[in-house]
Amino acid sequence: MDGSICMDFGPYLLLASLEGAVQAAVLALTAVGLSLVFGVMRVVNVAHGEFFMLGAVLAWWISNMLTGSPLFGFLAALIFAPLIVAGLAAVADRLILKRLSYDPEATIVATIGLLYIIQQGALTLFGPDARPVAAPFDFRVSFPWFGYSGYKIFVILACVLVLLGVWALLTRTRIGLIMRATQFDRETAQAFGIPVARVYTGVFAFGAMLAAVAAVLIVPTQQAYYLMGLDPLLLSFIVVIIGGLGSLKGTVLAAAVIGLSDGIITIFFDPTLAKILSTILVAMILVFRPTGLFGTATR
Amino acid sequence: MTEQKTQSTITKFFTRRDTLKTMGAAAGLAAGSQLLSGRYAQAQSSEPIKIGFQAHRTGIGASYGRWYERTTMAATQLINDAGGINGRPVEIVTEDDGTDPKRGAEVVEKFAIQHKTDIVFGTLFSHVVIGSAPRAGELKIPYFVVSEGHHVASGKLNRYVLQPGITDVKSQVQSMAPWVGSNLGKKVTMIFPDFAFGHDHRDYFSAAIAAQGGEVIEKIAIPPTEQSFFKYFPRIPKETEVLYHVMVGPAVLTFVKELGEFFGKDRPQIFGFIDSLEAVDLANPGLEALEGTYFWEGFPRYAQNDGANPHDAFYREKVGVDANGASLSDPKDISTYAHMFGCWETLYIIKQGMEAADYKGPADRAKLIEAVESFTDFPEGPEHPQGAKIFNGQTHQVFGIQNISQVTDGKLKVVHRTSIEDSLYEPEVDYTKMAF
Repeated sequence: MDGSICMDFGPYLLLASLEGAVQAAVLALTAVGLSLVFGVMRVVNVAHGEFFMLGAVLAWWISNMLTGSPLFGFLAALIFAPLIVAGLAAVADRLILKRLSYDPEATIVATIGLLYIIQQGALTLFGPDARPVAAPFDFRVSFPWFGYSGYKIFVILACVLVLLGVWALLTRTRIGLIMRATQFDRETAQAFGIPVARVYTGVFAFGAMLAAVAAVLIVPTQQAYYLMGLDPLLLSFIVVIIGGLGSLKGTVLAAAVIGLSDGIITIFFDPTLAKILSTILVAMILVFRPTGLFGTATR
Repeated sequence: MTEQKTQSTITKFFTRRDTLKTMGAAAGLAAGSQLLSGRYAQAQSSEPIKIGFQAHRTGIGASYGRWYERTTMAATQLINDAGGINGRPVEIVTEDDGTDPKRGAEVVEKFAIQHKTDIVFGTLFSHVVIGSAPRAGELKIPYFVVSEGHHVASGKLNRYVLQPGITDVKSQVQSMAPWVGSNLGKKVTMIFPDFAFGHDHRDYFSAAIAAQGGEVIEKIAIPPTEQSFFKYFPRIPKETEVLYHVMVGPAVLTFVKELGEFFGKDRPQIFGFIDSLEAVDLANPGLEALEGTYFWEGFPRYAQNDGANPHDAFYREKVGVDANGASLSDPKDISTYAHMFGCWETLYIIKQGMEAADYKGPADRAKLIEAVESFTDFPEGPEHPQGAKIFNGQTHQVFGIQNISQVTDGKLKVVHRTSIEDSLYEPEVDYTKMAF
C-alpha cells in the first residue's frame, strides 16, 4: 500500500473530517445509550448493538410497508422503529434483568444471551440479506474537488440535535433529576420515594431507543443487515471505556475522537491501523486511568 | 460472534420453499434414512447418490447462497427427471456454512461422517474454500467448488478439490486485460476486498495489464465487512484512466452508490466485476451514475437476444429467472446470474464423471476424481449453457468465455466476448501426480 496522497491536502482533510464526523455523530448517539444504561443501572448491556441492528431492520420494514414518498416512510421509521425497540427493551428488562436483581455479572451473561436471541430472531424473520432503505432525500453536495452525500451532512446535524435533547432531558427536567438521583445512590433514592424499578426499566428502554434512532438515521447510507450490530457494539464499548463509564460528557468527547481519528487515519493510512490505534488507546486508558477520562470510581 | 443457524435438510426433488415448509418432516426422514443406510448401504444399489451441498445460507454470502441453491435444485431435478446418475436418483443434502471458513470445515466433516454423502459440492467464497479444502483432503472426500478463486489451479489445495464448472480469476482478468488496455486506458487504479479473492484480482490483473504495456498506479484494499467507502476514494490518483473495482458482501450497493456520488459526471472509465453488483437491482436510486460503465459478467444477467447463448433461455426458465435477471416470482429478487451457472455445469460434470467411473459408492471416490481429471473439454449445450469449456485435469481448473458488458439504458449489454484461448495460462501444478 503506497498511501500516496492524490487530492490536495486541504480538500482531502475536509473529506476525511466529514466522514469522521458522520461516524462520530452516530457513534456518540449509540454510545450514550450504552453509557446511560451502565451509569444508572450498572448493567453492561452486551446486546446494545443488536438494538441498533433492530432499529435499522425495523426502518426497512416500516418504510417498505408504506408506499408513497421515501420522506414519509423515513419519518414513520424514525418515530416508530425506536419506539418498538424501546418497548422490546422494556420487556427484556422486566423479564430478564429485573429477575436477576441487576447483578452485574449475571446481567452480562444474560445480555449475551439476549444478543443471540435478537440476532437469530432477525435472521429468522428478516432473512440473511442486506436490504437497502431509501434516503428521505437524495442530493449531492458538489465541492470543487469531490461530491458528497447531502444526506450524510443531515445525519451529523440530526445526531447533534438528538444529543442536545438528551442532555437537556438529563439536566433540565424532573425525569433527568430522578435518573441522576438513582445513578448517584440507588438506596437513598428509593428511600426518598423514587420508583427505582420503573426508572431502571425506563432507562434501559431509553438507551436501546437511542441506539435505534442512530441506526434509523444511518441506515439509508448503508443497508439493513442482521449482523450489523457487532461493529457499533465494539466501538461503543471502546468509546465508553475511553470516556469513562457512565459519563455522558466523556462519551461524546471520546466518540468525536474515535470517529474523527478513524475517518482521518483510514484515509491517510489504513483502516486496520485506525482499529489498532483505538484498541491501544483503550488499553492505555485501562492501565493508567481505569475510570476513563471523565469517569468517577464506582460507588 | 456470528453464531449461525444450522439447517439440516434433505431436499430431494423439492424446491427450497417446499423444503422449508416440510423441514420438520424432512428432518425426521433424514434421521430415519440414516438408520437404514447405515445397515443396508452395500445391499441397495438403487439408493440415492448423496451430494453434500455446502451452502452460504447465512453470513456475507447469503444472496449468492440463495441462488446457488435454486440453481442446484433446478439442475438436480432435471438430472433426476432424466433418470438420475447410473440409474440412481440424486439427493442434495444442504448444510449452511454461514460463509465462515471454520464452520465450512465442520460442514465438510459433517457431510463425510454424519450424512455420509458421496461428495461435497457448491462452495463459493474463497476463504471458505481455503478453510474447508484441507479437511476434505484428510477425509478423502471429493470437493467440487464453484468459487472463481485461483487457489485450486495455484496448487495450494489438494487432489480432492476440483473446480470444473467455473473459471478462475487469473484466467478471467488475463483474457480481459487486452480489451481494457486498448479500449479504456492503461493507467489503472484497483479497489478490491482485502482477502484471498481480492488478492487474486490484485496480483493477476496487475500482471495482465503490465503485459499490455499498462500499469496499476494504486491498489486500494478494503476490509470485506466495511460499511462505508467514501473515505477510500480520495486515494484514487488524479491521473487514473481506468478505475477497476471488485467488491463483495452485504454493502456492495453502498459501494457503487458512493462511487457515483464521489465522482458525479467527471469520472474516469470504470471497469468493475459484476460481483460489486450481484443480487443488486440496477434500478436502485443512486445507481444512475453507473450508466456507461463496464462490467465483467460470467454469464450475462440480462437476456441478450443476440444468438450468442442459444441455451440461455432454457437454463433461465428452469432456474426461474426472467429476462432482466430477476426471480420469476419476485422482480425485486435479483439473481447472482454471472456466477450461479457454475453449480448447474458442475453438477453435470459430476454426473458425467460418475458415469465414466461407473461410480458405485464412497469406495470409488478416487476413480471419480481420475475420471474427471481425464476430461478435456465440455461442448456448449443444455448441460453447459454458459458456453463451451476446456478443462485441465492437471490443475483441476476449467477455462471458458468471459463477457464484458456496458450499462446501457439501465441494463447490461454485452460489448465484448473473449475467446477461451485468451484465458489459458501455463499450469502451476499437477494434481494428478499427487497420491490419493
